[in-house]
Amino acid sequence: MEFFKKQTHIDFLKLRRLAFIFSALLLLASITSVATRGLNFGLDFTGGTLIEAGFEQAVNLDAVRSSLDAAGFQDYVVQQFGDASSIAVRLAPREQEESNAEISSAVLDALQQSGQGEIDIRRVDFVGPQIGKELAEKGALAMFWVLLGILAYVSIRFQWRFSVGAVTALVHDIIITTGILSFTHIQFDLTVVAALLAVIGYSLNDTIVVFDRIRENFQGMRKTGPVEVINTAINQMLSRTIMTSGTTLLVLAALYVFGGEAISGFALTLIIGIVVGTYSSIYVASAVTLRLGVSREDLLETKVEKEGANLDSMP
Amino acid sequence: MNHYPLWKNLLIAFVIAIGALYAAPNLFGDDPSVQISSARSQALPADLEATISNTLNDEDIAFKAIEADSQRLLVRLNNAEQQIRAQQVLSESLGRQYVTALNLAPATPGWLRALGAVPMVLGLDLQGGVHFLMEVDMVTAERQQQERIVDEIRTALREADIRYQSVTASGRTVTAVLRDAAQIDAAASAVARQNPELGLDSAERNGDMALVARISDESIQELRQRSIEQNIVTLRNRVNELGVAEPIVQQQGEDRIVVQLPGVQDTVQAKRIIGATATLEYRAVDTENDAVAAANSGRVPPTSRLYYDRNGQPVLLKKRLIVSGDQLIGANSGFDPTSGSPMVSVTLDSAGARRMFDFTTENVGKPMAVLYIEDRYDPELGRNRRVEEVISVANIREPFGKRFQTTGLGSSDEAANLALFLRAGALAAPVQIVEERTIGPSLGQENIDKGFKSVVIGFALVLIFMALYYKVFGMFANIALLLNLVLIVSVLSMFGATLTLPGIAGIVLTVGMAVDANVLIFERIREELRLGNSPQNSIRSGYDKAFSTIADANVTTLIASIALFAFGTGPIKGFAVTLSIGILTSMFTAILVTRALVNKVYGQRKQLKALAI
Repeated sequence: MEFFKKQTHIDFLKLRRLAFIFSALLLLASITSVATRGLNFGLDFTGGTLIEAGFEQAVNLDAVRSSLDAAGFQDYVVQQFGDASSIAVRLAPREQEESNAEISSAVLDALQQSGQGEIDIRRVDFVGPQIGKELAEKGALAMFWVLLGILAYVSIRFQWRFSVGAVTALVHDIIITTGILSFTHIQFDLTVVAALLAVIGYSLNDTIVVFDRIRENFQGMRKTGPVEVINTAINQMLSRTIMTSGTTLLVLAALYVFGGEAISGFALTLIIGIVVGTYSSIYVASAVTLRLGVSREDLLETKVEKEGANLDSMP
Repeated sequence: MNHYPLWKNLLIAFVIAIGALYAAPNLFGDDPSVQISSARSQALPADLEATISNTLNDEDIAFKAIEADSQRLLVRLNNAEQQIRAQQVLSESLGRQYVTALNLAPATPGWLRALGAVPMVLGLDLQGGVHFLMEVDMVTAERQQQERIVDEIRTALREADIRYQSVTASGRTVTAVLRDAAQIDAAASAVARQNPELGLDSAERNGDMALVARISDESIQELRQRSIEQNIVTLRNRVNELGVAEPIVQQQGEDRIVVQLPGVQDTVQAKRIIGATATLEYRAVDTENDAVAAANSGRVPPTSRLYYDRNGQPVLLKKRLIVSGDQLIGANSGFDPTSGSPMVSVTLDSAGARRMFDFTTENVGKPMAVLYIEDRYDPELGRNRRVEEVISVANIREPFGKRFQTTGLGSSDEAANLALFLRAGALAAPVQIVEERTIGPSLGQENIDKGFKSVVIGFALVLIFMALYYKVFGMFANIALLLNLVLIVSVLSMFGATLTLPGIAGIVLTVGMAVDANVLIFERIREELRLGNSPQNSIRSGYDKAFSTIADANVTTLIASIALFAFGTGPIKGFAVTLSIGILTSMFTAILVTRALVNKVYGQRKQLKALAI
């Protein structure tokens, strides 16, 4: 079985202006969505308390609410969670930190007293406001260092035009994926941050593979212009791109469907990110590199240069 | 011709064999068992094993095995029902000296264990349990230290008959404004004698001379470290009370402590037990009456009370208190410079020092005891229960006050232990729970089941897809993929890494991405074939040309996952670990293993016309 019996010759880069407009619109929409709708931050970042509990039979939510009211709770949310006999109780963080840890105990007491039999505590998460801030900072810092490390590595292994192309594509992927998360209101927690970082890894993988071929083609196809060279590389890598994205999406779909509640946000973020990342390695990474004026001379390792000739290729 | 030299084939076989060996322990499941350890983290007596086996035989509880090392003893049982009975019987017969905890001990065969092969550790999200992150309130700790220093300076000045207007603290400095500027030097030396660690300076304050004492950075640092250690000691004690098999109590960062209690279900109770407070008291030993007689008859003299020491021996202590824990500033273990024997040196604050001096002056030659008091939550009573224990008895050799040594301790371990307990009972900096994550056991099991299911299904889909798309070569890739999974599991087991749900997600993702290397190679081979190259040459150049691409792609992904590990917390870290391991093992299996297979199947055929790719 093969997707393409012969080498394809699709002129991907012909559409690069259109793709540029498309990407720009997506970026704009994403930034607008994050700015106006915001992100549905999970407990990891907002702080607060989340309790999931299972009852023996279908839960009477009103009874739960009135017993929480009786225990003096105010800003809480009670929801059915999963099936009819399970609930999730969310509480906003409080001002005084010391009382926070006691909250979950008090909620559990209140649930026990709602007169619906024994409860099974499935999960209790309490995150202090300070910790929430720290986790957010650490996540942002991780993303920063990942991008910097990649910029450096690609500059060394290829050339600065490629590394700018690669990093532009990554930033593009992160912004659009985050935008979609904001638009769809998927809960943004630590596992989603992990997924975003994995998207960086994946999208980069994709980009590097194409770059590698571009480099090889520049060395092999001596009489061809950069547009043709890049187009050829993308075509040569097309089967591979489809195959790898396909298998990865396949396992992610399995993870999304069967992995359960705790992992679904993670899987979904990666699914979105991989689709965006595959697109961006062609239309953002390669197109930006081309736009920056990549040429054969940039990649020839053994070349004798006149003094000053390489100034052009310095960042 | 495509051919691997023998050494290369052997190397591959060797790596796979080692991988399989160290992954194997994960196949054997667990034995329900009871774990017994000393409540004082002391070595277990040698005859304990026999005692336990007799007790169990008497109760007709069949057990698989008893395994003992110096720290803990493990009784393996046949089922969960007998496990619970055994724990009840043992905890009653062994008493409070020991902690008996329910545990699931890996049923790894002895020969594997002898090789150091152990199964993966499951994270709290997979086995259920409680994770607390506690923060030591350093602001309060520093304020307490400041107040102590104000108090010390006042005492020093008063004792030296130096009159002062005020002693006030602000930030890290304490300022004593003197009435007579001429006494500044005398004041400085008096304060320096009281506390040599302060940096002293003189300054003018509204026309008066003032002595400015600066709390050094080192002493702040020491205070922080001490506050943390103190709390860790008390937390370890509490956790022992809970009877948890593999608890973790660890410092994290500068002022935080992580407490992880796998398998604990009742978090409300856990929190109450952990939140207990400890203190200590110095008391005179009642030497006029016999403690053993009092314990036997139950007749205790009215001025005394009966206590027990850590070995269960009765001790009679006077009711009058000499010094209490909040007057104790520090306790360190070390060696007596004259005799070289282990000792603990204790520092009291000035109020405590005065009382201690008065008492010891009158009681030279008599014994004095340290009583350790904890308010522990007792789940059976439903409220706090006071636990009191004599942790040290020593004779007063000469009068002393602020600083003194306790000598005559059996070993340096004992000295270190006593110092720890003294510090734990001293006024501790308050701790707060800043993060709590509890996973109930049912959710833990559900997470395992779902994680396992998604790995299996995702894996199966990829295997089918690869076999259809690349035929025989697809099968090679599939073998590599399976071996990759074995290698990931074995590396995780070898390093004792913890498997979490995000970790499983990392494995699943690795499976998806691991095929990439093979896809790159196979697509390249197809391309070479299309160009009209011979099958053997196509194989060779396919592998060769794809290599640098694979290396570049994997190194960049590795950079990303290492940064994830370095800056991530909790779920992010677990994911990063499996992803990094997966990247490395997949390079090995996707390149070397598939090549070895290709060489074996196709490499020797001279007349090869076509490849099933």
